[in-house]
Amino acid sequence: MSGLSAGLSRRRAALLTLLLAALVAAPWLVNDYLLTVLILILYFAYAGQAWNVMMGFAGQLSLGHALYVGLSGYVAAMLFTRLGVGPWLGLLAAIPLAAACGAVIGYLAFRFRVAGVYFAILTIAFAEFARIGFDNWGFVNGSSGLFLPVTQYEHNDLWLLRGAPAMFYYVILAATALVFVLCHFLVRSRIGYFWLAIREDEEAARAVGIDTFRYKMYAVMVSAAVTSFAGVFYAFFYNNLFPEQVFSISRSIEIILGPIIGGIGTLFGPILGAFVLTGLAEALNAVMGAFGLELPGAKQVFYGVCLLLVVVALPDGVWPPLARRLGVAERKP
Amino acid sequence: MTALLTLERVSKRFRGLTAVDNVSFAVPAGVIFAVIGPNGAGKTTLFNMIAGTLAPDGGAITFAGNPIEGLSADAVCRRGVARTFQIVRPFPALTVEDNVTIGALLHRHDVGAARQRAQELLRRLDLFDKRQRLASTLTLPDRKRLEVARALATGPRLLLLDEVMAGLRPTETDRMVAILRELNRDGGLTILLIEHVMRAVMALASHVLVLDHGVAIAEGTPDAIVRDPAVVQSYLGAEAV
Amino acid sequence: MPLAVYLNVAVGGVLTGLVYGLMALGLSVIFGVVRVVNFAHGEMMTVAMFIAVVLFSWFHLDPLIMLVPIAAVLFAFGYALQASLINPFITRPEHSQFLLLVALAIIIANALLIMFGPDARSVQTSYAYDSFQLGPLIVDAAKLYAGAAAIMFTAALFAVFRFTPVGKAIRACADNYTGALVVGLDVTHLYALTFGLGAACVGAAGTMLVLLIDPTPMLGPGYTLLAFVIVITGGLGSMPGALVGGVLIGVTEALAGLLFTPSLKSMFAFAILVLVLLFRPQGILGRRLA
Repeated sequence: MSGLSAGLSRRRAALLTLLLAALVAAPWLVNDYLLTVLILILYFAYAGQAWNVMMGFAGQLSLGHALYVGLSGYVAAMLFTRLGVGPWLGLLAAIPLAAACGAVIGYLAFRFRVAGVYFAILTIAFAEFARIGFDNWGFVNGSSGLFLPVTQYEHNDLWLLRGAPAMFYYVILAATALVFVLCHFLVRSRIGYFWLAIREDEEAARAVGIDTFRYKMYAVMVSAAVTSFAGVFYAFFYNNLFPEQVFSISRSIEIILGPIIGGIGTLFGPILGAFVLTGLAEALNAVMGAFGLELPGAKQVFYGVCLLLVVVALPDGVWPPLARRLGVAERKP
Repeated sequence: MTALLTLERVSKRFRGLTAVDNVSFAVPAGVIFAVIGPNGAGKTTLFNMIAGTLAPDGGAITFAGNPIEGLSADAVCRRGVARTFQIVRPFPALTVEDNVTIGALLHRHDVGAARQRAQELLRRLDLFDKRQRLASTLTLPDRKRLEVARALATGPRLLLLDEVMAGLRPTETDRMVAILRELNRDGGLTILLIEHVMRAVMALASHVLVLDHGVAIAEGTPDAIVRDPAVVQSYLGAEAV
Repeated sequence: MPLAVYLNVAVGGVLTGLVYGLMALGLSVIFGVVRVVNFAHGEMMTVAMFIAVVLFSWFHLDPLIMLVPIAAVLFAFGYALQASLINPFITRPEHSQFLLLVALAIIIANALLIMFGPDARSVQTSYAYDSFQLGPLIVDAAKLYAGAAAIMFTAALFAVFRFTPVGKAIRACADNYTGALVVGLDVTHLYALTFGLGAACVGAAGTMLVLLIDPTPMLGPGYTLLAFVIVITGGLGSMPGALVGGVLIGVTEALAGLLFTPSLKSMFAFAILVLVLLFRPQGILGRRLA
């Protein structure tokens, strides 16, 4: 029992089960508003975890993940509004598309040695490109936005994802749990090890025979494909898509805030980060509301300050020191 | 004995500077072959061309009967040529064991089996007790042995060592020499090393190639080249004889 | 369409491009010397723009006159920022620095949003609708003044780097960090100075840009990206490259706006970025800062 093969210690398993139980029981314990907040938290936990695969595991900084969210959302939404195709089938179309986009970006970047900050800029450029493109594309209704018909709220239709917040909650909870498990196995797999090697020292990784181009491509494609679900969920939960919103760089940054604050490269970091971030933001809203203040942009300033504090004081994120305290430290991958 | 590695008229130029000039030599299988020469002689450039980090401008490099010049570093490693770096490059935030496991995963798909192989190698290289430590916390001699272990984990037929003795005290040098000799004798591993530490070269190598200003100026057994006047003049100095 | 129209638009693009170039120059200077990627660049420019707006609406002070004072304010801001917050990050990994500046960018942009609200402000100078006629060419007065100011400011900066002792010291730092330390240069101070100069560029560019566009608080990211496109296209670390890149982007944007819908013009900037990153990553004039 050593290194990454340590597996789940009893303590970790216990804490995780406790958390899961609490989350499963949540709809009976909290009001509708808080449930919506929880949905948002889990959404960011999910998307953050998907982003983490690329950054935390393979060391590639993407600041354009909104691209995959937006594309997938639009694909599923268009299939639904034009052809009545349900979101789960829409997902089957969105995933390959997102993965293909990731592959294109990855290929362009890795083949031509675009790395580090330049890679981040490239990802931003693609997302912006999509934003402006979709904004001017009549076929998807451009800047006027694409709306999904909401037939009813009472009856839970899982197939078409129409229904009460509680249904959406369980869907995103299940997805987040699944992605957590997926990452758990990825980190311990051969591909996970290769990703870590690439992240640590790409040239040394090549010297031990790792085809770094191929594995970086896998990281980008897996990350994009997993993010795809977030896009479909977003479309069917909010029922409207505006290019200006969905592809915006603010969305991309929101996605990365959770993992950064929680801890890049850790398994639980993105989840914790999402809780901390959204939780505190909502608290801020509540406090301001109590004082009768209504400041658009205050939440973003708060996000910025959080990010600043974490980057300056806790570069590894909030989770590693906390995990050590709780005695459930992840073997540092 | 057929040569495991053959270089034929290999050259490399960097914008007007000819770093390696039409160098040819053959490394028979199962030997320890040393490349020595003054700083700037082109030794590391030569190495990098064999290892695939650089592509030669001219000439051919053949390994186990197949051409490998111009192949990428990872492709070369997959063919059976492993290397260490002059300035050690372990994976710093990973444990010693994980470092070597990654090497072992090249030709194994099961993580458990790779880990076992890693542990074997760590025992061999005297690092087993430190296997849970992060690579960044190791001392230099330990890091050098870690790199050797990691390179060995990829299951090479030829091991390229770039100044692996540099910075080691005499006792550590002797230790490394003993390990390498054992690997060569017991495992039949062919070793090609760049070295400045003559103590190690004399103790290990059966063949020596001397480079100066990119040109091969002498080749032969250690005893022979140590007495070669051209070698003495360019590199060793009269005291070495 | 008659050639004159293309020509007018192109000339307008060149002049606007010079202002873009100045903005990008600030980024290039900072990266070339301090090696920090200033992701808050656009936001710093937005701050300058709003200062100009406020000064104009409260005191009727023409932006062109306020050019130097605003640049000075941004200089001080940049100096302080580098000396206090960014300096410890020089040795940290790239993505840490990047994220620090992303955080600053978010804070600045949204602070502006809280202070000024989301609507665009405008500065209507007396010459806002004037134009000059040169044969078939019709040039907007505002653009001409802005372009001219950009050239002058750039020339001044160039002179500082070439001829003053401070400028030479900064270039020494850029060329050889350890060497500069060995020779006794106060690198921290010089880095802060450089950041200040970069911020001053962006402050000046913003003040000029206020004559051409109406600022909103969320303008920042778009211009940060534009600055990156220009710097990478022109060549990272090359001062003339930033100007060349700026003019190239300015003209492309202007012509694209004419030939296609105006809202698509940014897409061309990104297309150029992708092409440059792929085929000539060192940029058109790519070299070390010299």
